[in-house]
Amino acid sequence: MSEQFEKKVKDYLILPLFGVVCFMVLWCVICSVTDNLPNPIKMWHKSELFIYEPFAKRGEMDQGILRFTGLSISLVGQGYLVALIFGTPLGFFLGLSKLFTKSFDPIIQILRPVSPLAWYPLGLVLFELSPEPSYFASLFTISVCAMWPTVLNTAVGVRAIPQDYLNVAKVLKLSRSKTLFKVLIPATLPYMFTGFRLSLGIAWLVIVAVEMLKGQPGIGGFLWDAYNAGNYSLVILCILVIGLVGFTLDRLMSLVEGKFKTA
Amino acid sequence: MAFIEFKNVSKGYSGAQGFSPVLKDINLQIEEGEFVAIVGYSGAGKTTLISLIAGLIKPDSGQVLMNGKEIQGADPERGIVFQNYSLLPWLTVYENIRLAVDEVLSDKSKEEQDAHTLKYIKMVNLSHAKERFPKELSGGMRQRVSVARALAMNPKVLLLDEPLSALDALTRATLQDEIKNIWEAEKKTVLLITNDVDEGILLADRIIPLSAGPGATLGAPVQVQIARPRDRKKINHEPRFKEIRKEVNGYLLGLGTKPKLTLEKKFVLPAIEPEDLDHPRNLIPGASLTPIRSNEVKRERVEV
Ligand SMILES: Nc1ncnc2c1ncn2[C@@H]1O[C@H](COP(=O)(O)OP(=O)(O)OP(=O)(O)O)[C@@H](O)[C@H]1O
Ligand SMILES: [Mg+2]
Repeated sequence: MSEQFEKKVKDYLILPLFGVVCFMVLWCVICSVTDNLPNPIKMWHKSELFIYEPFAKRGEMDQGILRFTGLSISLVGQGYLVALIFGTPLGFFLGLSKLFTKSFDPIIQILRPVSPLAWYPLGLVLFELSPEPSYFASLFTISVCAMWPTVLNTAVGVRAIPQDYLNVAKVLKLSRSKTLFKVLIPATLPYMFTGFRLSLGIAWLVIVAVEMLKGQPGIGGFLWDAYNAGNYSLVILCILVIGLVGFTLDRLMSLVEGKFKTA
Repeated sequence: MAFIEFKNVSKGYSGAQGFSPVLKDINLQIEEGEFVAIVGYSGAGKTTLISLIAGLIKPDSGQVLMNGKEIQGADPERGIVFQNYSLLPWLTVYENIRLAVDEVLSDKSKEEQDAHTLKYIKMVNLSHAKERFPKELSGGMRQRVSVARALAMNPKVLLLDEPLSALDALTRATLQDEIKNIWEAEKKTVLLITNDVDEGILLADRIIPLSAGPGATLGAPVQVQIARPRDRKKINHEPRFKEIRKEVNGYLLGLGTKPKLTLEKKFVLPAIEPEDLDHPRNLIPGASLTPIRSNEVKRERVEV
């Protein structure tokens, strides 16, 4: 019991803390070599305001850190939702139809590695006539980039459905919609959720790039603004927050994913 | 006209190593209400045979008929208990069976469907476990759910693909009795696939051996002719019991399954290149110095 507890303390507290200390030391060493980078203490003093008043709004580009984060998360959430709405059915079609796969897989493989920086201008062109081109372009960019893991994992999941389950559906003569909802979707869910988790990771990666291009309030926009103002402490603060949020989102999704793994 | 009929049915699968025949020239007639057992080796093609009746696969040649009409695709009127249970893991025992009931009794009210489902859960003694998921059941319990699902479809024919072979002897005996009772109560046409001749003798009217593959075919049927109800303890002492065993096993052991004794030997010939001593050696710089012809390996095979 106590031995186990000691091991847990070591694994989850002492060793990670050791890692953080090493990181800090490295940081300080780098700071002592170059003048541009603020050391941890200086950084803390510069960014205190944004942390102690996380929800304050003093101006468009001068808001509390959590307020910026919230703006970004909301935009990511919307783009992510669009990605799932289009990606999941697309994955199902790919998984179910060989013809569909042969027709569209090549183009998907080509579009998949395209960077968000390339999609954003296209989005601006596409939504030029909309009331808010930059908003729709961001949404478009996030959705297009984040969609692929969902598409591909869903397709793999559909192809991996055991023949046994399909035979059950055949013997019971289940209707198409019943086969879909009672057999195909439940059998694919674990794969779908793996796709959903990876997609969310990508959506969060993309948001920073998009906000930098867009220069609007949000954690990425704030970062870019801070850089232009020469306020490198805030740049580091943003990086840390982006990392923490990404990590948290991934943990949350893998909890949900785990729930479906057993099915 | 037989209820179910195979006419010169052949079936094979094409895979990476080309086409491999599984069943060849299968002829079979099953009458309505009859209990037929098919006994055969593992891999002979028993599941293939039952899938043909179920309509899950099509024969390469020949016909599979039911009531004189060729079987087109699967249908709930031919209920099947799959070899590996095939329960849907995301549905509870109740939901697994209810899914089948909803299809077959789609014109009935919700209450009737519910009552029908519960009746079959009770029949296989699983009322206490009806809210459990398949992963929370033992192998024997899963098998019973699978049987209940097939029966609840109210099929004209019940196809049982080695329903008990994965179970221990005790559970097996209990479930054999359950199948026996259900058949005696409902008098359905049943096709039982098994690898256990004794199981066939206890349950069936007729036992048909399936020879070993590839190209397996059915042997002559053996009538069981032991009065029902049969008792598993007394049946061992019936003189007919030993006769049937001998007949079926005799067919299975005697036919095309006798392994031939073969000896195989490998000879390695020495790697010597004949050389013309009058000519200088043809040494190309950089080329390897080993003889051009590599070692030769010969195999010799002797059949005894
Ligand atoms: N879908 C398939 N594709 C290719 N080959 C198959 C397929 N299904 C079965 N086979 C082959 O056909 C042969 C017969 O298989 P089948 O499942 O009918 O045997 P079985 O008699 O039911 O065996 P067991 O007693 O082990 O269940 C086997 O050699 C198997 O490898
Ligand atoms: Mg089988």
